[in-house]
Amino acid sequence: MKKEYLQGLHDGIPVAIGYLSVSFAFGMMVQQGGYSPWLALFISMTNVTSAGQFAGFNLMMQMAPYIEIAMTTLIINLRYALMSLSLTQKFDEKMNRIKRAICAYGVTDEIFALAMQRDGSVTMSYFMGLFTLPYIGWATGTFLGAWFSGLLPDAIASCMNIALYAMFIAIILPQARAEKNKRIAIVLAVICSCIATYLPISSGWAIIGITIMVSLFMAIYFPIQEDEV
Amino acid sequence: MTQAIMSIVVMAVVTYLVRMLPLVLFTKKIENQTVKSFLAYVPCVVLATMTFPAIFSCTSHWLSGVIGASVAIFFGYQKRSLVEVAIIAVVTVFIVERFI
Repeated sequence: MKKEYLQGLHDGIPVAIGYLSVSFAFGMMVQQGGYSPWLALFISMTNVTSAGQFAGFNLMMQMAPYIEIAMTTLIINLRYALMSLSLTQKFDEKMNRIKRAICAYGVTDEIFALAMQRDGSVTMSYFMGLFTLPYIGWATGTFLGAWFSGLLPDAIASCMNIALYAMFIAIILPQARAEKNKRIAIVLAVICSCIATYLPISSGWAIIGITIMVSLFMAIYFPIQEDEV
Repeated sequence: MTQAIMSIVVMAVVTYLVRMLPLVLFTKKIENQTVKSFLAYVPCVVLATMTFPAIFSCTSHWLSGVIGASVAIFFGYQKRSLVEVAIIAVVTVFIVERFI
């Protein structure tokens, strides 16, 4: 139990560092919108999502109706439903519904990616270990960003943006290298995603649509053999 | 202020439900080969979709984005660790932007 948790803590370190810088930018944005660092902290601790809370905060500043805020948050974050669905197969079968509901709080793009990378099934201890430092990083970064707004030079903030994307690349490329099917899936996804930027749809819908279409196409025409799943 | 707090609560509840419902509703291991394959493809497809082409426009100049992405792809393909690839990409973008 404890060993699993510590392993999770260790594996979550790079994500925590990435979150610290991304959430710093979010904190700055909230402060510049005229709100207190405490409100920024409240948003980050209750939402724990990047794109979702950036978009939601913008709507909140414009005094948008709650239904619009709810719909936008839903569309941008619907990809988490797909991730949670994948995680149902990765979690330890003995994990009960209450434990699953607690773990659900920690489903983010990066935590999901790391959990799926682990060999064998994922226990609650490991998952919560993974989530702990990134959550602290996300909260701390937001608060500091709002508190010291303007302290981080733009030159550094700009290059920090690439950190999480670079991490995603480091997660998918070794898989692409090892499996031909994954390679095809990734190439298809990138092509569709580039085309989608020219279509009049939001990036939230594009991510969901492309993920479903490409994964379904691949599952039907290039099913993954039993032992590889 | 109440409007702000209420908006945040709405965001938080929607986000949590999206994450929680699939996990709580589907607890059985899936046997169907197509569904299993679908779920196995989701992680790399969703990450690839989110990364491209967004990575090219996340920095202050497209050129630093393209060079940073190329470096990340090169080292990612070499199976370097996540931290290494992230740090190398950030440093590359920083250096390139000094020359733009």
